[in-house]
Amino acid sequence: MFDRRLLANFDWLLLALILTTAALGILNLYSSTSAWDNISTPIYTKQMYWLGIGIIIAISLTLFNYRQLEHMALPIYAACILLLAAVLLFGQTNMGATRWINLGLFNLQPSEIMKVVIIITLAAYFSRHETPGGYTFTDLIIPGLLLLVPVALIIKQPDLGTAMLLMFIGITMLLFAGIQRPTLIALGILAAGAAGGGWFLLHDYQKNRIRTFLNPESDPLGSGYHIIQSKIAVGSGGFWGRGFMHGTQSQLSFLPERHTDFVFSVFAEEWGFVGCVLLLTLYAAIILWGIHIARKADSSFGMYLAIGLTSMLFWHIIVNLGMVIGLLPVVGVPLPLFSYGGTCMVTTMIAVGLLFNISMRRFMF
Amino acid sequence: MALNSPPPDDALRTRRFAVITALALLFFAVLTVRLWYLQVISVNRYQLLAQKNRTRYVPIAAPRGEIYDRKGRLLVGNRPAFTVAVSRQDVVDKEQLLSRLATYLHCDKQQLEQIWQKHRYYPRYRPIPLKRDIDRDTVDVLTEHSIELPGMLIEVQPVRSYPYHEAAAHLFGHIGAITEEELQLPRYSDYHAGEYIGKSGLEKHLEQYLKGVAGEKLLEVDVKGQELRQLQIREPLPGRNVILTIDRDLQLCTEHAFGDQAGAAVVIDVNNGDILAMVSRPAFDPELFAVGISNDNWRKLMNNPDHPLQARAVSGQYPPGSTYKMVTALAALDAGVITPHTSVNCTGRLPVGNRDFRCWKKTGHGPTTLRKALRESCDVWFYQVALNLGIERMSAMARQLGLGRSYALPLDNVRAGLIPDKQWKRRRYNRPWYKGETAIAAIGQGYVLATPLQLAVMMSTIANGGTLFKPQLVRQISDANGNIIKQYPAQVIHGSTLNRRHLVKVKQGLEDVVNNPRGTGKACALKTIKVAGKTGTAQVIRLKDDPADGSKPDKEKIAYRHRDHALFVAYAPADKPQIALAVIVEHGQHGGSAAAPIAKKIFQQYFGLGQARTITNHNGE
Repeated sequence: MFDRRLLANFDWLLLALILTTAALGILNLYSSTSAWDNISTPIYTKQMYWLGIGIIIAISLTLFNYRQLEHMALPIYAACILLLAAVLLFGQTNMGATRWINLGLFNLQPSEIMKVVIIITLAAYFSRHETPGGYTFTDLIIPGLLLLVPVALIIKQPDLGTAMLLMFIGITMLLFAGIQRPTLIALGILAAGAAGGGWFLLHDYQKNRIRTFLNPESDPLGSGYHIIQSKIAVGSGGFWGRGFMHGTQSQLSFLPERHTDFVFSVFAEEWGFVGCVLLLTLYAAIILWGIHIARKADSSFGMYLAIGLTSMLFWHIIVNLGMVIGLLPVVGVPLPLFSYGGTCMVTTMIAVGLLFNISMRRFMF
Repeated sequence: MALNSPPPDDALRTRRFAVITALALLFFAVLTVRLWYLQVISVNRYQLLAQKNRTRYVPIAAPRGEIYDRKGRLLVGNRPAFTVAVSRQDVVDKEQLLSRLATYLHCDKQQLEQIWQKHRYYPRYRPIPLKRDIDRDTVDVLTEHSIELPGMLIEVQPVRSYPYHEAAAHLFGHIGAITEEELQLPRYSDYHAGEYIGKSGLEKHLEQYLKGVAGEKLLEVDVKGQELRQLQIREPLPGRNVILTIDRDLQLCTEHAFGDQAGAAVVIDVNNGDILAMVSRPAFDPELFAVGISNDNWRKLMNNPDHPLQARAVSGQYPPGSTYKMVTALAALDAGVITPHTSVNCTGRLPVGNRDFRCWKKTGHGPTTLRKALRESCDVWFYQVALNLGIERMSAMARQLGLGRSYALPLDNVRAGLIPDKQWKRRRYNRPWYKGETAIAAIGQGYVLATPLQLAVMMSTIANGGTLFKPQLVRQISDANGNIIKQYPAQVIHGSTLNRRHLVKVKQGLEDVVNNPRGTGKACALKTIKVAGKTGTAQVIRLKDDPADGSKPDKEKIAYRHRDHALFVAYAPADKPQIALAVIVEHGQHGGSAAAPIAKKIFQQYFGLGQARTITNHNGE
């Protein structure tokens, strides 16, 4: 089934953007973890392995026609919901949260898979139920349920960050699909009410994170520590940065989680405003290119899928950066291609692979 | 065409793509603006914070100034002490660490836990001191096992030492960790939590000189507070040294002379007011406070019925008893109420109003003149003279001799005593003055109160011919290199106004007290040096004036706390006085038997008559 034309149509630009960003990310990890004892494999080397694995996954995801996913959407969705339920029943508990299923070889995190699965499912639904005038309230019951069931299961784990991302992705796709104005206003009011009510359902540590975000100085050594230290790192970078490997915040270990969620503050400290703008440009280019792929997709399903995948990358980037520079509360959301971690890398590369797939087949009629 | 082929590329869709692109760019723009704000507009603030983050000022404790006696002999110093502390950043397992430390330090884990809790607000990089001043052996044990005690530190710090322990404890006072309330006070504005400050005595009142200036190290540290390298160092500046007027040997001798009796003694140089020895008994060991006193020891000190923390020499106010009789005699001579030859017939009692005033000698002294009255301490003679003299002139003389005023000494609770007069009584009780009160005041009872220091000053003023010197405790203050910062020259409060001929007569009486076979103070007589003095007895509670059967109350049976205080004041040599002293032995009953022997030992020590026996004893014990 492999077509030579596919290779000719391969999205080299997206690949170049992804590899450039990932390379910068690995360089940054090299700096941020250089102070560590090199007893085991260095973090940046491991990240290179993960990048390799990610590229293999991305390439293999181009080998079939993405449109086949449309028909598999419902079974995959159902299976993933079962996995999420299984996590709550048999999952591994780590630091107060139950997110993983131990598969012996590795720990499976179904909530991560759900990010991609919900995109496929919603894309399939929207492409089949297109209404030129926009959705009304009753039209939204089914996609709403498709979205809220996994969100509820993930909140239960509890993993607020992933649940929130799922909501963001779902809402982005929904808004893109189009909603009638009165319904939109009603939903807005409903969401505001839910946000108010949701406060009482939050765990204490989650409430604390929000309080800390509003006033980090209230507890500088406790829960405010992350935000304060991160802002110091970013701010002290200045216009030109402190230079690669020369950030005192990161090199002297004042930054917590500086290889995972707060990896950007290391970059910002050492590369300065100039470096940050460069990196933001790269991310913005990836996002715009993703939107472009959606625009040029050869099917309605492909368009919605590309929008969903792009919004997933987009929200990861925005939420993570917003958190690191003190615009959003601290939620554990990694920065795609920059934060260390296999799970994040694999999820990102799945999205990138599917974008390749859609992009390659845009001229196939 | 497939079922889900792309729908027509209508205007609506174009608009949606435009909106979504614009929104995405807007989000990136917000991030960029925020980064501009942090990295370009606020860069200075955050760079300063980063600088503060990576550097630490670590204070280096400065040793307190040392205290020396008048001859430059060390009385209070510093010694290096080992402190076990924990650096919280490096602690792997707190519970395990504390229980292991408790074993090695032979203390309760609960106790260590409490100390930890008390210091939990220290900055995280600052180690918490768990136990101060551990001995060498324990240091060795801990160092040996340091591998299994991650987070433990052993620090060396200067600790206050008082080589003579209880001796002059009330002079030196004690030090203690600064409290939260004290930290709020403006005068402690440059102190930090955990520092030790003077809490009483010289340590407190000379704090501004004794305290050193802490040095500091500027270190580059990582997030755990671990030192990476030293950027700067400023050495600590030790406190100023204080040289006292105290004579160490005389002080030790006096302390020792008291044995386990309670009381106080003050020895003064009559020619300049220097305090040569100042003793309050019982005392405490200030070293107990040097590293923080244990609750147990503190309770013991507080619950001791003899109040070892009280500096009796300056804050104990006693009725001077018969030692006040010189005041009455000098006032009467000055006023012309009597001449040295005025004779009063003592029958053992004198009726005043409707009450009989007794002489201590029930059978009476017979015809008595001034000299005999002083020598044998005849009360009736003084009653009679006082009735003619009146309280006002008597009290004026008392003040002229140095009683009834508070002297500014760098000590706590320096009391003024009490010299009563009509105005005072009107103010205090809104009552007129009664004649009987004049009679009782003449023998130093009733309202009259004086501290041992004041009695010594009074004796010194009589001895030197009437010049009142301000009693001094501090001679000079110098820096660590010996440069003099401040000196305290002798200060005359007022020159002599006493009639020399009258004084000679009183002094004759005082010489008789010690040297005449009938004198009450014979126990203080020395072979080669002539001592002049006066005994006294201060009633603690009034016994029935006249038991019905006429028998003397059995003194041995009187409860210790109800027994009279014994006093003795003296100066020597009688013809060319050098020192004056006052000794009070609480519940010692008779000045002649309880207080005079202590005075004798002091004179022997001062004039080098005995061997340096007391000092060898002190050190040998």
